[in-house]
Amino acid sequence: MLATLFYIAALIALTSTMAALTRANAAHALIYLIVSLLAVAVMFFLMGAPFAAALEVVIYAGAIMVLFVFVIMMLNLGDTGEDREREWLAGRNWFVPGAMAALLLIEMLMVLGDFQGVTSGNAVSPKAVGIRLFGPYLLAVEIASMLLLSSLVGAYHLGRRFIVRRGEH
Amino acid sequence: MDGLMVPMEHVLVIAGLLFICGLFGLMLRRNIIFMLMSLEVMLNSAALAFIAAGAHWGQADGQIIFMLILTVAAAEVAVGLGLVLQIQRRFKTLDMDQAHRLRG
Repeated sequence: MLATLFYIAALIALTSTMAALTRANAAHALIYLIVSLLAVAVMFFLMGAPFAAALEVVIYAGAIMVLFVFVIMMLNLGDTGEDREREWLAGRNWFVPGAMAALLLIEMLMVLGDFQGVTSGNAVSPKAVGIRLFGPYLLAVEIASMLLLSSLVGAYHLGRRFIVRRGEH
Repeated sequence: MDGLMVPMEHVLVIAGLLFICGLFGLMLRRNIIFMLMSLEVMLNSAALAFIAAGAHWGQADGQIIFMLILTVAAAEVAVGLGLVLQIQRRFKTLDMDQAHRLRG
């Protein structure tokens, strides 16, 4: 049964990714992309990587997608904004992604109810990941922190000029 | 038994299909926001393959590489969206075919 759940999640991931990349409207595409990331998180969970699944939801579907939302909302400010908002609230736009996300939630609840399923096989626990991360992979953690710092500086530099110029006009 | 409930080849095929989706999105779309989204999809499919391999052999290394991919994706998107703001301000469009001034 768990394999069936896995294939359903894979199907949702593929269809929502294709739907995301063929939308004309960036905000609609973003909703489908979030559904795709949630489906991949369910696949991680079913493969015995609960920590990776949590990170996928929190960082990918949470933080990175919020960055996209901010930029799309910043760029869409205009006279046509109100009509566009009204169109976004129409039911047909969020029904399909909402149904996909609800299906994923049902899958998650089924897996959580069936506790045997989560621990079947040799799932890798977060503890094992942490021990490896701060043992042999310490240098990789340092490199990742330097990468994040440099991207922080770069994003601040690029974004600050934009905000200053917007304030002047 | 290994930690996967499905054959590993199936997971790799799914990851490959996701990667192809992202690659075609990157090649066919000209809106830079969609190009960044396609890059996210491609990085995500690579992470899926790593997690599948880590679960197959029961090692934690797959999840560690997933975390590093997550870091790269976050850094790339932060700088990329900063560039999107600059491009929108300078060229008044998000169409990448219009922004060819670097070509000289």
